[in-house]
Amino acid sequence: MSLPAAPHAADHAASHAAGAHHLVPLRVYYLVFAALMVLTLITVEVSRFDLGHPEVLGTRIPMNVIVALAIAITKAMLVVLFFMHVKYSPRLVQLVVGGSLVWLVILIAITLADYASRGWLGNPGT
Amino acid sequence: MSAHAPATPGLQHHFRDLAQQKDAVSFGMWVFIAQEVMFFGGLFLAYTVYRSQYPDVFAIASHHLNVTMGAANTVVLILSSLTMALAVHAAATGKKRQIVSFLLLTVLLGGVFLGVKVVEYADKFEHQLVPGRHFSGHALGLSGDRAAAAQIYYSLYFAMTGLHALHMIVGVPIILWIAWRANRGDFRPDYDGPVELTGLYWHFVDIIWIFLFPLLYLIA
Repeated sequence: MSLPAAPHAADHAASHAAGAHHLVPLRVYYLVFAALMVLTLITVEVSRFDLGHPEVLGTRIPMNVIVALAIAITKAMLVVLFFMHVKYSPRLVQLVVGGSLVWLVILIAITLADYASRGWLGNPGT
Repeated sequence: MSAHAPATPGLQHHFRDLAQQKDAVSFGMWVFIAQEVMFFGGLFLAYTVYRSQYPDVFAIASHHLNVTMGAANTVVLILSSLTMALAVHAAATGKKRQIVSFLLLTVLLGGVFLGVKVVEYADKFEHQLVPGRHFSGHALGLSGDRAAAAQIYYSLYFAMTGLHALHMIVGVPIILWIAWRANRGDFRPDYDGPVELTGLYWHFVDIIWIFLFPLLYLIA
C-alpha cells in the first residue's frame, strides 16, 4: 500500500483526528446545564445539614466535605466532558487533562502526607 | 521571503491544513489550562492545609458569607458557560449573528457576577474582614488566636476569589475581541479555533468557581 500522497487523504486523516467536525447536539448542552443547576441546588441544600464524622478504619471522615467535593467534581466533569468537548477530543487532549489532575493530586497528597506525619519520628522540627 | 495572503484564510503557514492547526492550538490551550490547574491548585492546597488545622474557625468565618449571593453567582456563571458553549456551537455551524449574540450574553452574565462580587467585597470592607492592619474578628465574635485563624480564612477568601475575578476581568475583553472578529465575518465552520479556545478559557474559570463556592461558602 503506497503512502497517501494526495493532500485530500491527509486532510481527511487529520480532520478525523482533530475531532473538529464533531458537532455536539444542542440538546446535550441543555441537559448538562439542567444537571448543573440540580447539582448546585443539591449542594446548597445538603450543606444545611450536619452529616457527621463517621469513623472509618480509625479515621473520622468529614461527610459534609466529602459530599460537597463529590458534587463539585461531578459538576466539573460535566463541564470538562461536554462544554469543553473533552469527551469528543483527541486522546492527546484527554492525556493533558488527565495529566493535570495527576500532578494536582501529587501536589496535594505529598503535602498533606508531610503534615500528617509531623512528629512521627520524634526528630526536632519534623 | 515576501508576505502573501494564505491560500486558506486563517491558516498559518507552518501548519499543513486547518484541521491540524486546530489540533495544535487546542493542545496548546489545554497545556495552558493544565498550568492554570496547578496555579489555582496551590491556593486550594493552602486552603486544605489551613482548614484542616482550624476547622471550627473556618466554619465561623465562612458563616459571614452570603450563601444566597454565592449560589446566585454560581447559577449566573454556569449560565454564562452555557451561553459560551452555544457561541462555540454557532461558530462551528457558521451562524455569525448567533456567535456575537451568545458571546455578548456571556460577557453580560460575567458582568453580573463581578457586580455581585463587588457588593460582597464591600461588605467585607465594612465589617473589617479584609486581612491586614484593620482586620478585626469582632464581626465574627472572635478574638486573639481564633481571630488570627479567621484572618487566614479571609486571606484565602480574597486571594482565591480575587484571582478568580482577575481571570474573569481578563476574559471579558478577550471575549469582546473575539465577538468583534466574529462580527467582522472572520470565522467559518472550518476556522473556529479562536472561539473554541475562548470557550475553553471561560469554562475553566467556571470550573474554578464550581470548587470555590462550596469550599468557601458552604462550610457546615
